[in-house]
Amino acid sequence: MKAREVAEKLNMIILTGDGDQEVTGLYTCDLLSWVISHASSGDMWVTVMNNLNILAVASLADVACIVLPENVEADEKLLERAQEKEITLIATSRSAANVIAEASKWIESER
Amino acid sequence: MELSEEIIRLHYDINDEDFSAAGEASSAVKKTLSRLGVSPETVKRVAIAMYEAEINAVIHADGGAADIEITPQQIKVVISDRGPGIPNMEAAMQPGFSTATESVRELGFGAGMGLPNMKRYTDEMYVDTKIGVGTTVTLIVKI
Repeated sequence: MKAREVAEKLNMIILTGDGDQEVTGLYTCDLLSWVISHASSGDMWVTVMNNLNILAVASLADVACIVLPENVEADEKLLERAQEKEITLIATSRSAANVIAEASKWIESER
Repeated sequence: MELSEEIIRLHYDINDEDFSAAGEASSAVKKTLSRLGVSPETVKRVAIAMYEAEINAVIHADGGAADIEITPQQIKVVISDRGPGIPNMEAAMQPGFSTATESVRELGFGAGMGLPNMKRYTDEMYVDTKIGVGTTVTLIVKI
């Protein structure tokens, strides 16, 4: 299922990117060094980190998209750079645990 | 562009001024390797190991330089800095050991995974460090 479709199912807002990436797994963690070595290609990555470094981590780890949970704000700079790098950035008021739990129903159903 | 017998050399300055830009050199190398047709798995290994080294140079040494050599056999990444050096190599190689400051940790770094990740994702890794002079990390990934 595409990132865009998962966002729609969970009523999450796409801030940047086209959401066209295929989501093949789910991952949540905020330690960037941990994420880069443990997230898999195609994961929907949920993190409360909202600094610019998450964009480099997302692109190097080949995740499908980034989800900012619990109304974590994305500032102008983050939005601008995410747009430039064509990274799909999604925002939601849901908790990380809730995003993972709900999104897994849709992603599992495709397997 | 494709892999030929000719050695491809790339050089990047790692800037300390904009911590948020850290990863630019690794991203550029990742793109180049993908364009050269290197397998995604190998590209990812190089990108992760190099990113960790790049971040270390920014966190601990106010930046440095990255030199990359690509041959049909291997990718060699050399990251050098003029930072404080690593006083205790054995401790630095332990997962979870970190000397990163609180402000760096708040950004999501300083988990003590840097050097262990570099080792994990490369075939060969060499660290040449001298207190007060700097550190050079050489990362080799075989193709």
